[in-house]
Amino acid sequence: MSAFAATFSDALSLLAHFDHTVLEIVTLSLQVSGAAVLLGTLIGLPLGACIAVGRFPGKTTLSVLINGMMGLPSVVVGVVVYLILSRSGPFGALGMLYSPAAMVVAQTLLVVPLMAAITRQVVEDVWARYAEELQVMRFSWWDSVTTLLHDCRHSLVVAVLAGLGRAMSEVGAVMIVGGNIDGATRVMTTAIALETSKGDLALAIALGMVLIVIILALNALAYVLRQWAMRRFG
Amino acid sequence: MPIFPLSIHDLRFAPNGREVLAGVDLELGEEGITLVLGPNGAGKSVLLRTICGLLEPSAGRMAWGGAGGARPQQGVMMVFQRPMMLRMSVLDNVVLGLKPLGVAGAERRRRGVEMLERVGLADRAGDSARQLSGGEQQRLALARAWLTKPRLLLLDEPTASLDPSASAAVERIIREIRTDGTRILMVTHNLGQATRLGDDIVFMAGGRVCEHTPVRAFFARPRSEEARLFIQGELPWRMRFQGA
Repeated sequence: MSAFAATFSDALSLLAHFDHTVLEIVTLSLQVSGAAVLLGTLIGLPLGACIAVGRFPGKTTLSVLINGMMGLPSVVVGVVVYLILSRSGPFGALGMLYSPAAMVVAQTLLVVPLMAAITRQVVEDVWARYAEELQVMRFSWWDSVTTLLHDCRHSLVVAVLAGLGRAMSEVGAVMIVGGNIDGATRVMTTAIALETSKGDLALAIALGMVLIVIILALNALAYVLRQWAMRRFG
Repeated sequence: MPIFPLSIHDLRFAPNGREVLAGVDLELGEEGITLVLGPNGAGKSVLLRTICGLLEPSAGRMAWGGAGGARPQQGVMMVFQRPMMLRMSVLDNVVLGLKPLGVAGAERRRRGVEMLERVGLADRAGDSARQLSGGEQQRLALARAWLTKPRLLLLDEPTASLDPSASAAVERIIREIRTDGTRILMVTHNLGQATRLGDDIVFMAGGRVCEHTPVRAFFARPRSEEARLFIQGELPWRMRFQGA
């Protein structure tokens, strides 16, 4: 058997036997990325909708800034969060550095601009069509934001999925602020990078398979939900 | 806050220097259905949008309730040619206008169900509003506005692109809303509809009100040359010819 096939066979064996290390890393990854996407949803979606509906000076500048931050390099975010959470930083007293909480903060900072930018675009298109009627009904600014977020909920699944994809595939920031500590802050991407450098390709491939399956499964679920919603609500 | 009489004096709207409303004068009393007629580009829809506050006039004034009163915060509603249908049930859509009025959720639903019965949509209450036909959506939009008990209802071509039976259903609801005490100002291109529904006609051309007369008088003896040509179906051609 070639080395390539043997590595794949070992990777599948790890998955088939529910290897403890694999499970631990996958669980922590899902917890960290899930928490970051949850926070990103709570911050990014209303932020994007507020920018779309609001009329204020600097709106265009803010929109361009948010769009630009979609491509924020994760290592830059990692360094910034590292400085903020390090002992000498403003939040050093919290002792969060090299913890899953620090990784959640870093990933949240990465996904918020992405989710806000997508939300702004989606809501702005709908706002252009609904603005007059909502204004005639004397909807307040905030009521308009919540109404539009609710109306766009099926389209905004894309924003949430994009955020989840960014969070789960990100490696630079969590490596810097988490430290990739075995059993504490090791997630799928950092583990794949480390195991590959060590030559333990079986574990790296096993984790990579899990990562791809999770992303594909979530996208398939979102597609099915969206199709159902389109049939149900139009 | 009193709404009537509504006196509009020399109302102008000129975005980017192009005059869409060129000095509109109009008096609206407390009752009835006033139909706004006129060729495309006459400024009919812009007049409605300006009255309900969606557009800020460039000049002129509107005196609400006489004696120079300001626009009331409530009591003026507008229904558009293509009404907004949120991705919610028919019932949730119809009660939407009650939300800013601070009506509690349970009461909103009770009133909504009653209103849907009045407009013949009770059996569709749980369906998605977007799955309704064009005529049903327009009935829902009228019900949504009616539910807020407006004193003045502005209708911008509510039966455009509807078939005759759907138009008849919409017209029936408009009459009921009027009977319920709501003053209606409605834009239409349908002269038959104007004779069936209207008490008086406001005829507009070139951003001005050319005449404001009772329906019968308008069709029997139009005072303005523009109105006479419009009724004969010649005004748009003449204007285009003259413009060229």
